[in-house]
Amino acid sequence: MFSNAIKLIFKTVLVLFLSGCAAGRAYLPGDVPPMHMVREFSDDEHVSRTRDPWEGFNRSMYKFNYEADRFVFLPVVAGYEKAVPRFARTGVSNFFTNIREVQTFYNCILQTKGKKSLVTLGRFLTNSTIGIGGLFDPATAFGWRRENEDFDHTLEIWGVGTGPYLVLPILGPNTVRSAGGFAVDGGVRWAIMNTIDPFGGTGARTEIETGSTGLETVDLRYRESFRYYDSDYPFEYNMVRYLFSQERELKIIR
Amino acid sequence: MKIAGGVLLVFLLLIPAFAWADSAGYGYSIDDSYAATILGTPQNLRPDTRGEVPVKTMVLETDQKKPEIFFYDRGLRYTVAFQNRKAPLVFLIAGTGGSSKSARIGALMANLYHAGFHVIALPSPTFPNFIIDASTTHVPGNLSDDANDLYRVMEQIWDQSKGRIEVSDFLLAGYSLGGTEAAFVAKLDDQYKVFDFRRVLMLNPAVNLYNSVSRIEWLLDRIPGGPRKIGTFYNRVMEKCTDFYRKGDFVAIDDDFLFAAYQAQLLNRDEAGGVIAVSFRIGSAGMIFASDVMTHGGYVVPKNRTLKNSDSLDDYFWTSLHLSFLDYFNEYFFPYFRSRRPGLTKEELLETLSLGSIEGYLASSTKIGVITNEDDFILAPGELDYLRRVFGPRLKVYPRGGHLGNLEYRDNMAFLIDRLRSSTW
Repeated sequence: MFSNAIKLIFKTVLVLFLSGCAAGRAYLPGDVPPMHMVREFSDDEHVSRTRDPWEGFNRSMYKFNYEADRFVFLPVVAGYEKAVPRFARTGVSNFFTNIREVQTFYNCILQTKGKKSLVTLGRFLTNSTIGIGGLFDPATAFGWRRENEDFDHTLEIWGVGTGPYLVLPILGPNTVRSAGGFAVDGGVRWAIMNTIDPFGGTGARTEIETGSTGLETVDLRYRESFRYYDSDYPFEYNMVRYLFSQERELKIIR
Repeated sequence: MKIAGGVLLVFLLLIPAFAWADSAGYGYSIDDSYAATILGTPQNLRPDTRGEVPVKTMVLETDQKKPEIFFYDRGLRYTVAFQNRKAPLVFLIAGTGGSSKSARIGALMANLYHAGFHVIALPSPTFPNFIIDASTTHVPGNLSDDANDLYRVMEQIWDQSKGRIEVSDFLLAGYSLGGTEAAFVAKLDDQYKVFDFRRVLMLNPAVNLYNSVSRIEWLLDRIPGGPRKIGTFYNRVMEKCTDFYRKGDFVAIDDDFLFAAYQAQLLNRDEAGGVIAVSFRIGSAGMIFASDVMTHGGYVVPKNRTLKNSDSLDDYFWTSLHLSFLDYFNEYFFPYFRSRRPGLTKEELLETLSLGSIEGYLASSTKIGVITNEDDFILAPGELDYLRRVFGPRLKVYPRGGHLGNLEYRDNMAFLIDRLRSSTW
């Protein structure tokens, strides 16, 4: 079922891409010119810094994600909230967050951030042991702040530009660089899992891994409060694109 | 990503700084009207509203066929928080550009729910969702039309809700433009008696719509380069904030950061005013665009154009942001109503956009009260005196708080709840 979903997404993406990336422009030949047009206001400084040459595709993907949320993810999350008590959901979130400390750790090292990498290592060891495999988060109580690093930021430090804005299926707002970073982090994780092979002896490795991936996906959506088109603001897409770059910038500062 | 909160924070980020007021008499602490408006009430001065509030978003389905660009709109969205016992029901109306989930509605809802009321919150008639689904003309701003639409929607919502709750009696409250609209809705209700509101509260209302909007627009005259340079202004303000964030040891863009920026006097008074006006413009851009698409008005979108979901809206967004509410009034709103009522003059139309047009009713209806602030900058000179004259003892004026900045201050909230409960003013 999962692979079918992936095929469907892949097909949708392909069709959208082939149907043309460029968004329809504001004024087309044959249009009756409106009373006010953008060229009147071209002397003001623009606000958005995100290049969006594939806006047509991105907008379609934005809509696709809205529908995917509506028909698949949000009902699943609602069921999850109903079936699983809050403390257990927090445990699940802690567990997957703890696994992601590994990603933060090696990216800190790649970015030569000594202190952050030590804190992260300390957090991972503490939470994996005292925190019972990451279900609890005592490290934060000890005053070790959670860091969040990914390969996208490593690329940034290495001087790689962000590339254009890109809305990915399911994953949502990204840039070409962050999409690449996501793929690299995913690959590293897969390699680590393959090497350690924690479920190798259980005889049900595939089932456990599929279940774990499914649960992680649900947990991710459960924790993300953003809802597509929830603002009812006609320019939400533009706002989200702007805030995405803004948020990224603030994150990098820290 | 937390983008919903992000939209708000981008504007909350932007803070002026002035000395804290001394707390003699009235304990709300921010004495600059712009700062108060942006910052609201510090957490430690708010009433305790811990404990879950069962807020639900509901949809009032409308059968109108919608333009493709609004495909996601499935009906008018309103929010409710219901008690599981018999209680009075308060209808809330949001202010300009506000949804039924805006921060101020959220605060009012939590406090009223904890005080034992059922609450139903409606978006402002200037909110895109309302323009698309509930507005008869799709051209917001005409107080009596908007009140008619609000009243009809309230009846429909009541039909949807009445099987589920037990209601002792009905109350109505609105803030800002929603406060002004509440007065017009109250007048309708006195005629039709569907709810027979026991008490109606206008919180920081506009006395005259055109005056209030002009006063907000004037704030942009004091930014460098004036209203045509809002993009430049916005970028400068964001740079300042980012810089401040970089230098401090902040965990996130949260209340602590905001108050730190305020105390560091990051923005001067003109900049703070500009921030208020720019956030107002962001709301009005959505309003202008939604209305233009719905009426095929040819104002910012070509009138023969059918927008598709994949079409870029960047240019419309930029254009709408640069149009003032006064442009909207003169070039779009007035021509629209004149085409429906030939011979209508601008002065006649302006007259209908103020409390003055229902003054006799307001002066004689003892159930209606007003709560506002001495330094609310949406009131033109003389308008506070006007309120005193018309409402007399049914007006409560706080010495500071700007426009709604002190709404959540615990004394204000206690007074508001007390007025809703009591049978006499």
